[in-house]
Parts: sequence; C-alpha cells; structure tokens
Amino acid sequence: MIRILRAALLFLALTAFPATAQDTIQEVLQAHRETIEASSRRTIQPAIDAIRDSGHPAAPLVLEKWEARDMWQRTEDGLFFYVEPEGRNDLKVFDFDTASEIGVFSKDGFDQLKPNSGIRALIASALVKFQLTDPDASKRRDALAALARNGNAGHLPILRDAIAEEPSVGIRQQMERLERLLTIQFGASDDERIEAMTYFEGDLGVDARAALNPILTTTRRVAPGTEVPADVNLAARLRPGGEELSREAAYDMLVAANLAPARLTNSDQRNALQANIVDGSVGGVPVADLDSPAARDRAYAALEAAGTVPSAATTDEVDAALAGHVFFDAYNERSAAVTDAANDVLTSIELKVAMNQFIDLTLDALSLASIYFLAAIGLAITFGVMGVINMAHGEFIMMGAYTGYVVQQIIPNYTVSIIVAIPMAFAVTFAAGVAMERLIIRWLYSRPLETLLATFGVSIALQQIAKNIFGTQARPLTSPSWLDGQMAFNDIVAISYIRIAIFVLALIFLAFFLFLMKKTRLGLETRAVTQNPRMASSMGINPDRVNMLTFGLGSGIAGIAGVAIGLYAKVTSELGSDYIVQSFMTVVVGGVGNIWGTLLGATMIGFLQKGIEWFNPSNTLAAQTYMIVFIIIFIQFRPRGIIALKGRAAGD
Amino acid sequence: MSHFLKTMLGAAAGSLMFSAAAFAQDTIKVGVLHSLSGTMAISETTLKDTMLMLIEEQNKKGGVLGKQLEAVVVDPASDWPLFAEKARELLTVSNVDVMFGCWTSVSRKSVLPVIEELNGLLFYPVQYEGEESSKNVFYTGAAPNQQAIPAVDYYLEELGVEKFALLGTDYVYPRTTNNILESYLKDKGIAAEDIFVNYTPFGHSDWSKIVADVVALGADGKKVGVVSTINGDANIGFYKELAAAGVSAEDIPVVAFSVGEEELSGLDTSNLVGHLAAWNYFMSAESPENDAFIAAWKAFIGDDKRVTNDPMEAHYIGFNMWVNAVEQAGTTDVDAVREAMWGQEFPNLTGGTAVMGTNHHLSKPVLIGEILADGQFDIISSTDPVPGDAWTDFLPESAVLEADWKDLECGMYNTETKSCVQIKSNY
Amino acid sequence: MRQSFILRNPSILIFLACLAAFTVIVTLLSHAYGTAFISTSFVKTLGKTLCLCLVAIAMDLVWGYCGILSLGHFAFFGLGGYMVGMWLMYARTELIVAGSMANAAIPPTPQEVRDAIGTQIFGVVGSSEFPPIWMFAHSFWAQMALVVLIPGALALVFGWLAFRSRVTGVYLSILTQAMTLALSLYLFQNESGLRGNNGLSGLQNLPGVSASQDYISVWFLWASAVALGLGYVLAAWVVSGKFGSVVRGIRDDEARVRFLGYSVEGYKLFVFTLTAIIAGIAGALYYPQAGIINPGEVAPIASIYLAVWVAIGGRGRLYGAVIGAALVSLVSTWFTGGQVPSVNLGFYRIDWVDWWLVLLGLTFVLVTLFAPKGIGGLFDLVTERFAPNRHGANYGPDQGSLLEKEGRK
Repeated sequence: MIRILRAALLFLALTAFPATAQDTIQEVLQAHRETIEASSRRTIQPAIDAIRDSGHPAAPLVLEKWEARDMWQRTEDGLFFYVEPEGRNDLKVFDFDTASEIGVFSKDGFDQLKPNSGIRALIASALVKFQLTDPDASKRRDALAALARNGNAGHLPILRDAIAEEPSVGIRQQMERLERLLTIQFGASDDERIEAMTYFEGDLGVDARAALNPILTTTRRVAPGTEVPADVNLAARLRPGGEELSREAAYDMLVAANLAPARLTNSDQRNALQANIVDGSVGGVPVADLDSPAARDRAYAALEAAGTVPSAATTDEVDAALAGHVFFDAYNERSAAVTDAANDVLTSIELKVAMNQFIDLTLDALSLASIYFLAAIGLAITFGVMGVINMAHGEFIMMGAYTGYVVQQIIPNYTVSIIVAIPMAFAVTFAAGVAMERLIIRWLYSRPLETLLATFGVSIALQQIAKNIFGTQARPLTSPSWLDGQMAFNDIVAISYIRIAIFVLALIFLAFFLFLMKKTRLGLETRAVTQNPRMASSMGINPDRVNMLTFGLGSGIAGIAGVAIGLYAKVTSELGSDYIVQSFMTVVVGGVGNIWGTLLGATMIGFLQKGIEWFNPSNTLAAQTYMIVFIIIFIQFRPRGIIALKGRAAGD
Repeated sequence: MSHFLKTMLGAAAGSLMFSAAAFAQDTIKVGVLHSLSGTMAISETTLKDTMLMLIEEQNKKGGVLGKQLEAVVVDPASDWPLFAEKARELLTVSNVDVMFGCWTSVSRKSVLPVIEELNGLLFYPVQYEGEESSKNVFYTGAAPNQQAIPAVDYYLEELGVEKFALLGTDYVYPRTTNNILESYLKDKGIAAEDIFVNYTPFGHSDWSKIVADVVALGADGKKVGVVSTINGDANIGFYKELAAAGVSAEDIPVVAFSVGEEELSGLDTSNLVGHLAAWNYFMSAESPENDAFIAAWKAFIGDDKRVTNDPMEAHYIGFNMWVNAVEQAGTTDVDAVREAMWGQEFPNLTGGTAVMGTNHHLSKPVLIGEILADGQFDIISSTDPVPGDAWTDFLPESAVLEADWKDLECGMYNTETKSCVQIKSNY
Repeated sequence: MRQSFILRNPSILIFLACLAAFTVIVTLLSHAYGTAFISTSFVKTLGKTLCLCLVAIAMDLVWGYCGILSLGHFAFFGLGGYMVGMWLMYARTELIVAGSMANAAIPPTPQEVRDAIGTQIFGVVGSSEFPPIWMFAHSFWAQMALVVLIPGALALVFGWLAFRSRVTGVYLSILTQAMTLALSLYLFQNESGLRGNNGLSGLQNLPGVSASQDYISVWFLWASAVALGLGYVLAAWVVSGKFGSVVRGIRDDEARVRFLGYSVEGYKLFVFTLTAIIAGIAGALYYPQAGIINPGEVAPIASIYLAVWVAIGGRGRLYGAVIGAALVSLVSTWFTGGQVPSVNLGFYRIDWVDWWLVLLGLTFVLVTLFAPKGIGGLFDLVTERFAPNRHGANYGPDQGSLLEKEGRK
C-alpha cells in the first residue's frame, strides 16, 4: 500500500513539470501506469496506442520488450525498465529512453510484467507500423503474422506502402495476399472489396475463408406482414415449421420481439395454480386431483375465465400469429453485391475444400492403418505364422518404448538416441521373446489355448514390473527435431512427419517380412516347421531353434514398433494393453498366416474408423465401438479373414 | 520362513476377520484411499505419497491431540466397486477416523453411499464437476465455478475468443463441465454452432483428425479457443499432435483443466509454450509456504525432479484443516470435526487463505498459467478467492439448488420449493 | 446300471454340504445374526465371491466341458448387473422424489415424477430424459426378467452367428473378446443411456428396505449361496448323462461328433446361452453387493481373469472352477488390502501392493506349465482318478475325457 502511495507521489512529482510532460517514453508509460499494471486486454488499448503514437524513437523498443516479457517495473518507484537476466537471482537493468545499462540489481526489487497472449497480440498489432519496414526480414515476417491475426483498417495503407518497398519476393507475395484479405474486410468501396475477393477463387487457405465468411453472417429476424422489408439484404426467407425454423422456435422469436403473448409452460401453469389455491381447491378443482395434465388444464381454464390469470396463447392464436409475420435471415452486410460476390467465391472454394478434406481423411486413415499394422506385424509372425497366441505382445511393444526412453536418458541427442534406440529395442525384446519361448511357450505348442493363459500371466507381470521400475507417470520419448511439424500440402491437407515416418517404417517392415519369409533360409525353415514340424525335423531342420528365432524376431519387431508408437503417443506401462486387442483383430480380420492379409486388415480397420469418425465427429468412442461391431459381423461372414489360407497351409 | 508365514496369517486374520473395535486405540488412524495400481495409479500414487509426507510431518510436530497419526494405505486398484469395498473396510475394520482419497468422480460416487451410511469423513482433493454436496465429504478441489468458468471468462475477455472447441475424455467430469460451459457460453451470447464438442476415450492417442477439425473451425473468421478436459495420458498424444500441426497458442489457445505439472513431465513442452491451464495452484507460485512444501516434497520422495501439483495442494489444505478442526473439537468424532471444519481457515500455498464453506467446498483463488518450456507454468492471472459452488448457477435444474450443512442442514436444498430434496447424495 | 443323478455325482452332495456349512458359519459370525466376528465388509466380499464362483461354473461349463474358450463371459455378467441396477436406481430415486414432492402444494403429475427421477439419475451426466432402454425400469418383474433375457438373447444371437459360420478355437476367443470390448465401449458412451463411465451406483441401498447393510449383506450372501448351489446342481446335471457326453465329445473332437450326426452347433449354442444366463444371474446378485457397476466391469481383462480362475482351479470339474474363483479373488482382496506385511530382502523391500500382480502373473504361468489340471487336480489323489496311460506324451486336459472307462482304476 505504501509502495503504491509512494509511487503515486512520484508520479505526481513527475507530471508536476508540465513543460517536460511526456518528453520521455518513461513518462508515457507512467501516464498509463495503472492500465499497464492491471494488464487486461479490455483496458490496455489506450496505453498501447499512446506508446505507438508517442513518436518516441524508443516506442518500438518498449513494445518489443513488453511483448517479450522483458519489461520489468521497479517496485519502489514504479518506473519501467527492460532487463536481461544475470545469473539466477539478478537482473541487468536498462533504461528505455537511453537504451543504456543502469546496473545489475536483485530480482527482489522488480516485478515482471506478464502481458497475456491477448495483450501480446495487441502489442504485436501495434508494432506492425514499425516492423513492416524493418530491415530485418524476420521482424517483417513477425509483423505479417501479427497482421494476419489481428489486422485492422488502419493497417491497410501502411501495408500498401510497405509492399512497394519490400525487397524479398517471398515476403512481398505474403504481403500482397494479406493486402487482399484486409481489403476484403476493410476496403473503402464495394467494388474494391469485390475485386479483392476474386483473388481468392478456389483458394484453400483458412485465412481466405476466415475473411469471406464473416461477410455472410446473418441475423434471424421477424417482421410483421407478409413481405420482407425492402431495406434488408435478404439471405433466405424461412417458413415456420420448415427444416430451418421449427414452429416453436418461430413463436419464441415472436414472443421475444414482444409481438405475441407467451405460451404457457408446464411449470408456469403449476406456479399459477399454486398461487391461486383457495380453500384446498383451484378454480373449483380440488388440489388433490391436480395430478394429471387434464385436471390442471381445467383448473387453469377456470382461472382464466375468472380473469385471475393472464390468458395463454392457444394453438389457433399461435397459427394466426405465425401467419401474420414473415421470418427471414438477413445478411449483416448491407450491400447485396458484396454478399453475392462472397457467396460466389465461397462456392468455388467449397467443392475444393470438400475434396481436400476427403484427401486429408484418407491420409489420416492411412496413418492410423500404418500404426495398427506396425503394432500387429510382430503378431503376424508369432500368431499368424507360428500360431502362438502371445498376450504379452503388447508388453513387448511397451518394453521397446521404455528402451527408447532409457536410451534417451543416456544419450541426450535426440537423433542419435533414436538411431541407437531402434536396434537396442530390437535386441531387448528379441532377448525377452527368446527367453519367453524357451521358458514357457515351447512346452505349450500342443495346447494353443493355454499359451493364451500363460502369456497373459507374463503380460500382467511385465506390466506391473514396468510400473515398479519406471513409476506410473508417463515418460517422455521425444522425437528428433527433423520429425517435428507436419508436411502441409495446403491449409487442409497436412500430415505430421512423425506419422510419415511410421508409415515408412511400416513399409520397411512389410518388405523385411516378405524378404525374410520368401527369400531367406530362416523363412523357409519357419514355414516348414509351422506346416509340419515332424517332417521338417526329419529334413534336418532343428524346429526348436527355428521356433526360438522366429518368436524372437516377432518380438523384436514389436519392440521397434514400440519406439515408433512411443514417439507419436505416450510411454506408459499401459501402452501395450491399448494395442493388444486391436492387433489381434487386425491379424484375424486380415487372415492368419498371410502378411498381405494383415496389411489389408489394418487398412480396413484404419479406414473404417476414420470413416465412422467422419460421420460422427463429436464422438470418437462411437467410432471405435461400431468398428468392433463391424469386425465381429465381418468375421461371421469370412471366418478365416480377408485372405484365407487354403489347402494344407490352413492347418485344419 | 515359518515366522514369515505366521505374520502373514496373523495379519490376514487381523485385517479381514476381526472388527477392530476390539483393538485399543493409541493412535489416530488416517485412511488413504488412492489407487496404487491400474489406470489411475498414474495420478493417485503421488497423492498417496503426499499424504504419507503430511502425516509424517505432523507426527514430527507431535501428532494430533497428543496422539501419533497412523496412515492406513489401501489399494483400490482403479476398480470402482473396490473403492466402496475398501472404504467400508477402512471404516469398519481399520476404524479410521478420516479418509483422504479418490480421484475420479466415479470412484467418489462409489464411495459416497458407504461413507454416508457409516458416517465417515472423506477429503476429496481433485477438481470435479460439482452438482454434489455430501454431509460426509469435504471437497478441497475446485468446483466448476473455481476453474472452468473463470477460465472461460479469461478466454472471452482477455483473449477475445469467439468460437469454442470443448474437447474432453468421455466421462462424467468433462460431460458435466462441458454442459455447464455450453449453457454459460450461450448466456454470454455465443451461438450454439460456435461451440464444437468432442469426446474421446480414455488413453486416446490418434488425434490427427480432431486437431484438423479444430483448425478448420477458424474458417469463419472467428477466434477459436480450445477448452480441454482431456484426462491423463491422452493429453500427451493430443499435445504432440497439436505441436506437430503447428497450432500456436497465439492462433488457437488451449486451456486445460486436467493438465498440471505432473502430466507435463511426460512431454517435451518446448512446442507448447503459451498454452494455458487453469488451477488453484501452480508449482511456480511464489510464497514461502510453497517453497517449504516443494522442498519437503522433494526431500520426502528423494527425487529432485519431482513436481508438485494442484491436487497435492488440496490435500495439504484439507489435511491441515482437518488437523486444526480436530484440535479445535478436541476429538476425532466425525460430527464434531465436521462442525469444526466450517469456516476453518488455512493459508494457501499460493498466498492468501483458503476458507472451508458450509457447503463443504473451499474458497480458493483461481490461477491461469501459461506453459513454459521447462514444463512449469507462468502464472499470468489470478483472481480473489472464489467460494466453491456445489450446485452450478448455469444449469436450470441446479440453479435453484443450494447446499448448506450449517443452517439448512441439507446438501441439496431447493430454494424454489424451500425444501430439502434429499439429505443423502444422489449417486 | 442306471444310478440316480446324485449318486453318480457324489461331489454334488459334498459341495452342497460345504456350501451350507460355510453359509451357516458366516451367518453365525456376522454382525447381523451372530457374534460379529466377521466384519460386514468381509461378509460382502464373501457374498461377492460366491457370485464369482457361480460365473466361474458357467465358464467351466462352456470352456472346461464344451471347449469354447469364451473371453467374453463377463459381458453377460455385467449385463445382468446393469439390468438389476436399472431397477434399483429407478426405484430408489422414485422414493426420494416422491418424498420430496409430497411437500409440494400441488400433487405432481406422473410425468413430473418421471422427469424428476430422470433429472436425479441423469443429472450427473448432464441430461434429464429417460432413454428408451429404461422403459421397463419402473417394474421390478420386467427388469428381473431382463436379467435373464438380455444376456440370453445376446448370447443366442452372437453364438448363432459365430457357430453357424464355424468360428472355432482361437478365433472364437478373440471374437468373444471383441464382443465384450464393443459392449464396454458402447456402455462408456453417454449416448447409450446408462450413465456412461459413471455407470449405475448406490446399488447396495435396496429401495424401501430400512435394514442396515449388516443385514442386507447377509441376505445377499444367502441369496448368492442359494444361486451358487442351484447353479452347481444345474451344471452338474447338464454335464452328466448323454448330453454331457456329447458336449465333452465336442470339446475333444468336434468334427468326429459332427460326423456321428449330432448337431454340434445346436449343442454349443445351448451351452453358450445357458452359461450366459447363469453369468447374468450371478452379475445381478454381485453388483448390489459391490454397490456400483460401470463399463470398466465388462472390459476384456475381466473375462480373461475369469478364464484364469477356472484354469487355476482346474478345468473340466465344477468344484475346480469354484475353488479357483474363490481362492484367487480372496487372495487378491487380501493383497490389495495393503495389510500384508512387506518382505525385507535387505537390499530391497517387497511391498505386496506393488508386487502382487507380478506374483499373480507368475502363478498363472507356473500353473499352466506344471499343473494343467489346476488345484482341482489335487482331488484326483483322493478320488484315485488318473489319466489313461496312452503310451506317449501327455495329451493335456483339452484332449481325452477323464471320465472314460480307462480313466478309472
């Protein structure tokens, strides 16, 4: 409190010399000190304007430092400075007007100003004036970004001036586009605006639609009579009871506009009755009988007749009222020429947008399919080829992901750590797979359903062990920076690089699997052992060794998949159980024992899920539910999957 | 080994068979009912450790009423029916005097009938959807008006958001919160078509389409803001996708109600700088109490990288209030303690004082923080303490309801009909 | 030659006697009717365990005898719980609403009462209207019929589709798992009208019953014991005689039975549906004791646990299933109770809360590997049953019915 008083005194002292009033930027700041301290978007604009229009050479510096949260306020006198951090607890403090260092002080004596992002946007918008012609290209880009977010009519002339002087072609193009956008919104004449619109015919940018759509906003209105008033730029006339406007909504509009009496709601009726209980009855109806709508209506009618309650609108009156008025949507934009032009341009955009959305959805589906495929490919080997139901498959995926995390803890460089993590994950899960095969699964080849139980036991044990080691919190597995961001074809079609990487990885695995099974000796032996172990062993193949290697391989691939999945989603001990059921279904739907089947299965599930999501965008859970229901039904009709093995290979 | 077996058997008999009335009580027992395994362990284990730390500290100070506190930790294993079973066990077998626990709403709803039947006492530390006030529960987390509504106000006033995407995990907290928000936003003049709602399953990881949908919302020129009630692990995939899509906080800000320091520790936050979260506590709050709390926590857990979060503060306040209320009442008797709890005051970790209201909700300040690159939050807005409102004013059915256990002696009082709808909760 | 059914299955009498003795002892030690030696929460645990034993019998019937490894029987269990839960919630809320509306100046219309109930039940999930599936919730008898009809109908349709297309073995297991996953995802949705993730709660409070939980818990224990006893006798009756032989034949060699002219699909469908109904009834008794049912209960993992119980107890023998279910679920309760003392190894302290699941998992593995007959196999030492000597490797429990003549000494 004392601090504020003292500051106020100081402020008075400062402003007491009228001749020097606001000669320095500090004085401008002090003049708006309260609003700057309050730091609210609602009230800050005058302060920003004052700084921008002060004409001080330090104005851009103030705005930039303020935006970057480098502007601090000295607690004792309320003066503003900009600072650079000096060690943990100290600040190197600079004066705005002279841009010179004042000294190094402890943080304790200063408060940081923290403009929120709303205020920062306003500051950035004010800075445009200074930055648009800045020699530094990155600052010009900043200015353009601010303009795109928060342009206003005042920016239009500045921008037009800047275009002429812009040396860089890329930035100039951006500027021209922005100029067109701003012209659509703030252009002086209708013709100018319409002309600007034509620039965007068929344009897919969100910003173009964002500029055009507001022109077409409508207000729903009602007017007496049967004709729409002439001064209205009509968007559509509405018929009460039609699709757009229900009769109830239409009548509510009339009530809201005080053009008709309100209708009686059930609770209004009850309250009215309750207020008029006389000697245990209402309008001649005993209170005890008022437990049916009919009795209440009777009582209310009696009250109406007696004039104790206002009469409510009857159905006939509602009909008459609706017929006596005209309902319509009117454009907020007055000029019909402008709205027509905007409509034309938007129509030209819409079809393209729809097509691109379809492409984007396809990409999403492909990406999801590749994730399912990646999660399932190890299973395609252990379950599809060997027939082993490995419920711990998900936990192998999890082990791979945790291996990635551990490697990243040791090797801080993300690129190197991923390159190391992939073979490491393979090695770890390969070893785990081999151990499990040797210790458990090989005893159970004749009892496939019991492998399910035993591996389930392994699964819950592994999951809990992971929890005991790594804790229950999700662990970060960060992708290298070259996998950050997305590949954007336009504002609609885009896919993140990490998903592309997963897609590529899935393709590599597919190729690897095909090569392994068709071209290598191990593949040949694996196929021989799974088809007929006794015959294979009489041909000199060691089935134990082959089973062990194949199972290890399948597990190893699951480990690599784990690294990829961990990169795009999360690393927790429950990571694996999220994928296990889906993976089994992928393999079964596709057809056991055939990698192409698994691929088709993953593709089908991915596309199906995205398709259902598209129909019902607000509920992703429903998409998953219906996808599984679909799979259940699908299997009824193709019990052996999309690609069914025929002949002896089918086993039974 | 045989000794080991004997102890095990003895413990078994003790825990399951006997009603503990037979035991003499020389300690005060505090039940800790947080999942240590299963899906919720990720969040709840931390709270168990917090409770153990608080109890240890209190014991160092001499305990309560001259007796030592004894923590009885059970594991309801994220299995909701098991919460009810364990609560009954705590109350009837271990004879605890108070319980601290639960995270999800469904676990609380599972426990409610048991503690109301047996007149137990539960401190619930997590932000929740409101629409409840039980005689036997003290809600130390935020009600919607202490988190969701101020956050949306911030959107409307400070960021000028005109179009809202309400994204949530499909369970009761997001559902009810989003309902309240929808109704509130409509009151504020936001049209129904400017509110996009989406629900995803727990642990959802495929966010590309939803993020694309949100970006596409900007096509009609209105500023879009995301209100996220996405729970737990699913946030990681969501924020990763958000970062990959290059959605910056300047273009489309995201305010989250379930993302705190703990969740961010599983993420690289450098791409998320500027996105928001609303809580009653942030680890970055500057106060001597907070510094001491963080230091004690790090020492207790033996890990310098561990973070603190809002539900931990809620337990801190709740536990200390309970200790003070017990000292004040001179007994651990539930009814006496409950009455002593009303109006109980305790300093927040963020500075200021929390007050327990007669509707069993705390009054706390609402903070809004921006995510920083180091996984912490920069507090950019904080309000005066807001009293928690059990029944929201923004849904017509509950606007008429009120909770006041002191004067009205009712947790669900209809102010229109002037009658108590029910003494027990509806679960 | 024809002995009476009971005589041919002496285990029934032994089992019923044990069950009766157990029930009487628990009753006499309970708070309500005895010395208060056993806490009410433990009575509830025991009552729930009996229900789990019942569903384990169903599982044994369908897996151990008929060879269908269903990983979806908890879906039926859960459905039974949901059906009974709907009535419990409706009736309880109706009483509350009637109580609070009785003070109103004007008596409520039936529609107002229904709306108020709807607000109370669905207010939690932000809605107030009754979805159509609550159509029968007001009627006790209709809803009780649904306890049997809904799981039965689902099993019938699912089984008919699956068996008709000859989905067998592992495929069927995965398909049943998909079924229970789909059901749980469906129930998770708010649109399903069953309160989504929150499920139905407060089920332990019986509408109109003012007795304390001390009493209610014992009543439910009795009901569960009766249901378990009846279920056991029914299951034993089904698997004895010719029908039982055909069912076991299907387990051992489906194709051979089909060639003998039996309608394999019909037999399978019957067993599948019957066990689904038993599971539904078990669920209907279980959830009022648990107090809450929500979609997590029908998640695939629950059904896998069910299979594990039966495997540990010993498949192909009904008492084995009961023993497995009772043992694993009770031990599980004990370990998660946090009161099992930690084991200090000097360098590491084993807290059972953290390591119990590891122990359980490894037990599954060991039982599968070394004791495929499960705990029930121990009884063979007494009853002198032994596997036929077929001069080769052990066929395992899947192959070779143990009741064949050469299996007796």
